This record gives sequence, C-alpha cells and structure tokens, in this order.
Amino acid sequence: MNLTLKIWRQKSAKQKGEIVEYPISGISPDMSFLEMLDVLNSKLISAGEEPVAFDHDCREGICGSCSLYINGEAHGPDRRVTTCQLHMRKFKDGDTIFIEPFRAKAFPVIKDLVVDRSAFDRIQHAGGFISINTSGNTQDGNAIPISKHAADDAMDAATCIGCGACVATCKNSSAMLFVGAKVSQYALLPQGQVEAADRVQNMVAQMDLEGFGNCTNTGACEVECPKGISLENIARMNRELIKANLKG
Amino acid sequence: MSSFLKSSIGRKIAMALSAFFLMVFILQHFAINILSVFNPELFNEISHFMGNNPLVQFVLQPVLIFGVVFHFAMGFILEYKNRVSRTVTYAVNKGNANSTWMSRNMIYSGGFILIFLVIHFIDFWIPEMNTKYIVGDSSGLLADGSDYRYYEELQEKFIPLWRVVLYCIGFVFLSLHLLHGFNSAFQSVGANNKYTKSLKSFGKAYATLVPLGFIVIALFHFFNNVH
Amino acid sequence: MTLNSKIPEGPLADKWTNHKNKINLVNPANKRLIDVIVVGTGLAGGSAAATLAELGYNVKAFCFQDSPRRAHSIAAQGGINAAKNYQGDGDSTYRLFYDTVKGGDYRSREANVYRLAEVSTNIIDQCVAQGVPFARDYGGLLDNRSFGGVLVSRTFYAKGQTGQQLLLGAYSAMNRQIGRGKIKMYNRHEMLDVVVVDGKARGIITRNLITGEIERHSAHAVVLGSGGYGNVFYLSTNAMGSNATAAWKAHKRGAFFANPCYTQIHPTCIPVSGDHQSKLTLMSESLRNDGRIWVPKKLEDAKAIQSKTLKPTAIAEEDRDYFLERRYPAFGNLVPRDVASRAAKERCDAGFGVNATGEAVYLDFAAAIVRYGKEQAYVKGLDENDESLVQSLGKKVVKGKYGNLFQMYEKIVDQNPYETPMMIYPAVHYTMGGVWVDYNLQTSIPGLYAIGEANFSDHGANRLGASALMQGLADGYFVLPYTIGDYLADDIRTGPISTNTVEFEEAENSVRQKIKAFISNKGSKPVDYFHKKLGKIMWNKCGMARNKKELKEAIEEISALREEFYKEVIVPGSADEFNEELAKAGRVADFLELGELFAKDALVREESAGGHFREEHQTKEGEAKRRKEYQFVSAWEYKGAPKDAVLHKESLKYDNIEVKERSYK
Repeated sequence: MNLTLKIWRQKSAKQKGEIVEYPISGISPDMSFLEMLDVLNSKLISAGEEPVAFDHDCREGICGSCSLYINGEAHGPDRRVTTCQLHMRKFKDGDTIFIEPFRAKAFPVIKDLVVDRSAFDRIQHAGGFISINTSGNTQDGNAIPISKHAADDAMDAATCIGCGACVATCKNSSAMLFVGAKVSQYALLPQGQVEAADRVQNMVAQMDLEGFGNCTNTGACEVECPKGISLENIARMNRELIKANLKG
Repeated sequence: MSSFLKSSIGRKIAMALSAFFLMVFILQHFAINILSVFNPELFNEISHFMGNNPLVQFVLQPVLIFGVVFHFAMGFILEYKNRVSRTVTYAVNKGNANSTWMSRNMIYSGGFILIFLVIHFIDFWIPEMNTKYIVGDSSGLLADGSDYRYYEELQEKFIPLWRVVLYCIGFVFLSLHLLHGFNSAFQSVGANNKYTKSLKSFGKAYATLVPLGFIVIALFHFFNNVH
Repeated sequence: MTLNSKIPEGPLADKWTNHKNKINLVNPANKRLIDVIVVGTGLAGGSAAATLAELGYNVKAFCFQDSPRRAHSIAAQGGINAAKNYQGDGDSTYRLFYDTVKGGDYRSREANVYRLAEVSTNIIDQCVAQGVPFARDYGGLLDNRSFGGVLVSRTFYAKGQTGQQLLLGAYSAMNRQIGRGKIKMYNRHEMLDVVVVDGKARGIITRNLITGEIERHSAHAVVLGSGGYGNVFYLSTNAMGSNATAAWKAHKRGAFFANPCYTQIHPTCIPVSGDHQSKLTLMSESLRNDGRIWVPKKLEDAKAIQSKTLKPTAIAEEDRDYFLERRYPAFGNLVPRDVASRAAKERCDAGFGVNATGEAVYLDFAAAIVRYGKEQAYVKGLDENDESLVQSLGKKVVKGKYGNLFQMYEKIVDQNPYETPMMIYPAVHYTMGGVWVDYNLQTSIPGLYAIGEANFSDHGANRLGASALMQGLADGYFVLPYTIGDYLADDIRTGPISTNTVEFEEAENSVRQKIKAFISNKGSKPVDYFHKKLGKIMWNKCGMARNKKELKEAIEEISALREEFYKEVIVPGSADEFNEELAKAGRVADFLELGELFAKDALVREESAGGHFREEHQTKEGEAKRRKEYQFVSAWEYKGAPKDAVLHKESLKYDNIEVKERSYK
C-alpha cells in the first residue's frame, strides 16, 4: 500500500505545532497502525530526522497508552479497538491519513502525538478507591454475595482502560464517561456504598477543576470507546450526584 | 445548592429540569393553539382565561419567563465553557461518524429558536401586555365588543407570508432541538432504565409531532383566512 | 560471598507465621521517618507501594509509563489462583504448593512456594474488599475456572481481563495514598541506576522521560518491582516498554541474577504475520479448556494447507492429529505451558505446521460448539439432531465464554474463529529467572528488594497459569511489607539520606556519560535493528530447545552484536527532551548483556527442566530430563562482562515433597 500521512508535529509543549506531510510506501495490510508508524519512524531515523513521538506500550488493546485521532476519529475508523489493534486493511491504497493528538485543554501536548493525561490520575486520587487497608484479615470474599447481574455490570464499567478517547471525541472535551465508569463500578458493589456520596462529589469536583467540558449527551464517547463503556454509566453518576446532594 | 449549581453535573441537571418545564409548557401551548383550528370559541375562552387568571399571569408567567431566560442563559454559559475546554481544534473531525447533527448543534437550533422567540414576543406578547396593562383593557373583547379578540388577532398575524415561513422554520428548529433535547434531558437527570427504550420512541414522536402540529396551525390560518 | 537464603527453621506450614512473629517491627511514629523507593507499579510494585504507605512509610514510586495503571500486569487475561476450595474439589494450601513446585519442575524453594500458597486466599479477600469485580455465579458467590497443569478448579477471574482488574485494584489503593500524600508518584520516570552507600542500597538515579532531567532520589530502602526480561527476545507478549534495565543495573551494582535461562514460552499466541511484527499477542490459556489442538496427520495435507490450497475444515477427523491428547491422555489439552509449547514446536519442526511459514498449529472449537449446542438443545427441549440449530446454540455459549478473545483474534488475523480453527504458536511470555532474593525478598545488596516477576523466587523452571498475578500480589501486599520492616528497624535513627554524596555523584555521572555517548554516536542503524537481531539469536538458539553448540554460538554472536551496537547505533534528538529512541537505546544495551548471561546460564545448566530444554537431556519420548546434580539455583555475580560472571549455587532441598519425574500422561 502507498499512503500519504499528514501528521501533527510539535517539538515540545511550549512550541507551536503544525501538520507535516509524509508519503509512505510498502505498507502491508496485515500491519497494525502503530507498526505502520514504526516503519515511518525507522525511515526517519535512518535519514537523520527525528521520529514521530507517540504513546504506546502493550500493543494488545488493554494498557490504554495509545491514542491518536485518525482521520477525524479517536482510535481511527474501526470500532471497539484501540489504535494498536487497528489494522491497515481498514484503509485503501492511496489514502491520505490525518494523524493528530487527542485534543483537550486538560490533555496538553507533550511532544508530537504524545499528550499528558495525568488529569485522569488526579480524578482517581480524589476518590477512585475504596478505603480499605491491606491486612489479610478482611472478611472472606464470599461473605457478601453479590448478584451476578451487579457484578457483571460493575465489571463492564471497570473495563475502562483510561485512554481518553471519550474526551478526545467529545465536542465538549468532557470526561464524564471516564468518571462515570469509575463511579459506577463502585456504586454497583456493596463494598463501595459506604463512601459513595463523598466519592462522587470529590471526583466530579476534581473533574471540573481539571478543565474538562460538560456533557451534552451526544453519545459520541460511547461509540468511539474502544471498550464500549455505556452511557448508562454517565446517567448513574448523575443519579449518584443527585443522591449525594440530597443527603447533604 | 450554589455549589451544586457550580458543578458541571449540577448545571446539566438544572438545564434538564428547565427543559422539562419548557416541554410541558410547549405541550400546553400546543393544546390551546390547536383548538383554534377545531373550535375558535373554545380557543377564545381559554385564551381569555389564561390572559386574565391571576395565578397564570402573576405566578406561572414569571416562572415561565424565568425558565426561558435560565435555559438560554445556562445554555450559552455551558457552550462557552465547553468551547474553551478545547483550545486547539482538530484539522479533521468526523462528528457525524459517532453522533447526530442535532446533538452537536443544540446551540444553533437553540439560537434560532431564540430569534424566533423574540419575534414571537413582539408579535403577540408585547401587544397583549400593552393592551392589558398599559392601555388597561382587560375585557378581551374586539373593538366593537361583538366577540373575544384572540382568534381574530391570531388570524391577522398569519396573513403575511414572510411570517408564516419564519414560524415554520422556527418550528423546524424546535423539532431538531427537541429530537436531541427530549431524551438528553432524561439522561441528564439519570433516567436510564428499562423504560429508556420506550421513552426514546416517545421523545422522537413528541419532537416531531408537536412542532409539526404548530406548523399545521400556522398553515391552516394562512390558507383559511376569513379576513 | 556465600548465599544465605535465610529460610526460617521449623515445620514448613509454620515457617511464615513463626517468622512474622519473630522479626523486628518499626513503630508507627518511626515509620514516618523512613523513606522507601518502589520502582515499577505493576501488581507487585503497586501493591507494595500502597501497603507500605498504609503502614506509614514515606513512599516514592516510579514508573516509566504515563500512569501506574498502564503497567503490563494489566494485560494478564486468564485469572489468579487461590487455595480457597470454594468448589469443594479437594483443594488446599498443600495442594497449591505441591502443584506449583511440581509445575516448576522441582526448581523452586519449598518455603517460598508454601508461603505463596498460604497467603493466596488473603489476596482474594483483599481484592474483593477493594471492589475488584471478580466473576460470580448466579448465587452471587465467586466463580472459578480451571487452568493448565492442575486437577482442581481454583482460578478466580474477571472476564478475560483479570490482570487489568487486579492492577486497577492496586492502583486504586495507590491512589488513596497518593491523595493522602503518603506516596509521591513519579510517572514517566525511568530508573537508570541504584546507588549503594556503605554496602546498602540508598537511592536511585532516574531520568525524567519528558524533560530528560537526570534526578537523584534517596531512601532507606529500594524495592524493584520492575517486571521480567522477556523482551530480550524482541518479539514477546510483553509490552513494548517492558525492560530489564532496573534489574540489570541492580545486578551490575552487586545483586546476583538467578536462573536467567528459565523463560516461559506460552503455547497459545497469535502467530507472527511478517517482518513488520512488533509484538505478539497472547490468547488466554483458558481457551484450552474447550479448544482442541491439532495438526494434519498427513504431511501432504500440511503442505497443501501451507500453500493455501486446502482448508482445515476439509480435513477429515481421522486425518487430524490431536497431538496433546495423544501424548498426554490424563491432562490432554491442559498440560502445563512448557509441555504444550514444546509439543507444538515438535510437530511444526517435523513439517506439520499450518500457516504459510509452517509455524502454527490449530486450536479448534468445532467440537466444543457441537457439545455445548447439543447440551443447550437438550436443556431447551429442542431437536438435538438439527445441525444448524446446534451450531447456533453452541456458538452462543462459546461466545459467552470467550467472546472478547475471539473478537480480538478476528481483528488481528482477519479470520472468523467460529467458522475456521484458530491458528496459534508459542511465544515468549514470562521469565521465571530474575534478581536473586532470600526468603525476605532481599537481594544480595542489603536494603535492595525485588518482588514479582523481577525476582526469581517462586516458579522454579516453569510457571503455572494464573500464578504470576498471585505471586505479584502476594509479594506486594503480604510479604514484603512485613519483611522490609525487619531491615528498616535498624534505620530509625539514620535520618534523611543525603543525595549530596560521592556515591550519588558517581552514579549520576556514569548515567550522564552513557546518555552522552548514545547521543553523540555517529552510527547509522536505529536501535530496533539491533533489538530485532538480538531477538532472532535468542529465539533461534536460546528458545524452546537449546543445545551446547548453538548456545556457544549465541554467546559469541551476542557479544559481537553488542560491539557493533555501540559503534553503529544512531540516536536522533537530544538528551534533554522527550526522546523514546534514547530510552530504547539504554534498554537494548542492557538486553545485549543480559542475553549473553542468559545463554551462558543455559549452557551451564546441563539438564532439562521446565522452560529450559536441552536437546542433549531428554527421555526417549522427547520429554525433559532433570538431573539430580542440578538441583540448585544458579545465582550469577557480575564481574565486568557477562562472560566473566561468577556462578554461585544455592542448593534446593525438598523435605515435604517427593521429587519425581514430572508426568502429565
């Protein structure tokens, strides 16, 4: 395959960036999108140029490191995959591909396509946990039965990989799918009930502080989420916040 | 409560609550207006009642005005906040791949509805206020006193073609706004359960039928003008 | 220097309890005066950092990823073992201990493994309390599945994402401590050296991967939870960033490196598709619960499949060779990983492979689909003989169990595994070897600890499925936080450790020099060129089967490649910016040394055991043949170059288990 890549290049957070065009040839349809970028980078390095920086690690769709806004969509045109599992067979010979970083004020660019998503971590620090110390004397795992339904729903919410595609896709750069998923996981389990009110209030407050936009329920995040996290989690977070405020 | 209204989700819920109120109002408005097509006498009587009942005039009307202003003001504030949350925009963005046009353009459909509302106020509400509270005529009767004036005033307004067209466009935007807004409001207050699916269909029906009904009323009076 | 494993006296079952009761503790007020550095934030590092902070120590945690949540523990799919015996199938601490020692081919320490089995049940309780959404049955109780190499059902799981959920659990525990200020988290920081002061580990040198800044960090003790070295093979199921630098730098500062040649090759991975391949993707071992592994019986069929003129579904049942069921009737498709991998390699080497390169075998769900379909038809009172009905019902069941794995396979390979059998091939997955530690998980440098995959301790020569998560969390939650207190009890009067000492200065300078050398090198070949070349040598000569001649060649070739690397490598950009090539260069430089020690260790170990298979030492049926005289841990001491490394032996004693030939027939 022969392709024309239009890639966002930005030397550092402080410098201005621009789209730079790179023609590339000899791409196999069996390559993953990141392997295609590896090919480009090895050519750039051999030519004495700086390679394109992008985040990636596990390359099996679970660590949430890889990002990229490809031809106007987070993680590219395929559904339910991260960029590392997007394969070149989804493109046609001769295509022009725009590759941009995930964009949001809360995700500043570090270099080229690498962005800083530590805002997500700080939201978790504010309440993404159950306050329990490690002791070895917690009660038996089977002491509180949890309905299969609740356990499965909690699991579905917990599959979020924290990649930030929801923020990148949202026209408002809202992080509510991410926060809603974490709030939901704990809200659905009996262990999470004790701190439920504080958790949702603290996490939402931190989310607002980070400069994410508001949710206008376009549903784009759910469509682009590589793990298919449901909008229901945002509804649940909204309910949890109402409940928490009514309690006072 | 003030901290609740400062939080992103608090604002979103307030937006939804004002939307519910406005949707109920629109339905009520529609119910009265459609009477003008079938039963001008009843239309006149209800219009007179609405225009002179102190509860409607001095409690519900201010609440309504507050609701409208709040919904618009909050809408613009949120839009501004959402825009500044992405300072550098994408070179290529395929919004239509993952969301509807209506959901992405609430600010434009809402903005047009605001323009429509201004004209609508100039057309009906301001003359009404003038007649009742400045001129001081609360009789609700025509100048010759033969009948209530409301039906006749309504018909008169739909004589010029430009206004009919403008109103129809206004209702189209109302429909687009509601097509997303109706269900969005329910999602915002956290309603997402086994009724969601039926509610979605109901929302679509509401969002198309009610504005369509308003269009029918406007066209009816344009084509059946007795004056 | 002699090795002292510090295994406590007393009966096996009481060792850990007695030890805990006897070791020194640090009182809560004094813990506030003590700093601990934790490098790596996967299951082991993350759980250790959180627990140490809960206890009151000041923790500084480091990871090279942009968040602790991205550590590669997240990719573990299948599950975590625990001797809960919820299924009532006769499981017990002893049985888990027994299975692990036997699975490791009698090359692990009895006392460590027993402790691991003992605390396994605490892990499940702890994780449930943290809100880890383990799979549950309809009665609301925890569900289990079976894994290879055992005869009970003791594996707890969360869909096919158990590692993710456990890591997010540890991450949440960390978050709570970060929020409280008890853990100071350093993301995108890479450890580049250990600082040893007066014989004790007192700090580390790191590079900030965003700014390139070289930083000194001091502490009273340093804990390495930096994972394994599988990426020495270039292609592995490890993450692209997984590296051995932290462990290797510790080795160079005096920590012994144990059993480097023990590497696990996982049998069910997606085969290599071409030279562009950057990593291999694992398909959970749980697939072997229902999938049957086979190759064609006839060579001409295999040739036809390789040239794509024949479809696997067209091969008649009697012309298929279900080689695991044939060779190991008792365990069938659920033999341990090393055994399954070697059996697949044996068939492929004989020419029966089923993809274009002849390096793949089938994993077939057709039989399971029919079996489940008939079962469902019976339950629903439908016609069991209606083939299309049975197919659709069966596929539904298989989808419910393995849907996400099947989807992943289809995305990568572009073939529908419900219709045509999956193709799989073994790939490097886990390294049992690692930094040598004693019973307290302390390395041969006092104050330096190694936990999780970074140490060598619990899996012997082969690890059983679902045991890595167990070991990582056992070390981090329940072992290290106790044993480190014994060491730190002597440090309550030490006060803060200064970074303005000659030792820190020397370490920082050596790090700076190496970076400068890479940046100013006038080479022409990218880092990956050398990494790929190293990987090929490792896979071909130190892979699933090894022999003396090739191992000797490997040592020479790696040493030559290392020389070429320093001459020819090109690292673009500068040292004071985000520069992934620079980070990679440092990692590959360490792999180029570790690889040679790996080959040397494999050469010295004149026996076959678990993941280490020497062609010279096999039974008539081609099974691994252990030798009594090699019942020891090889602990290597650094002496300048890998070829000069000095071997120390820690002999292994088995008082509670009979050392037998490992048989799964």
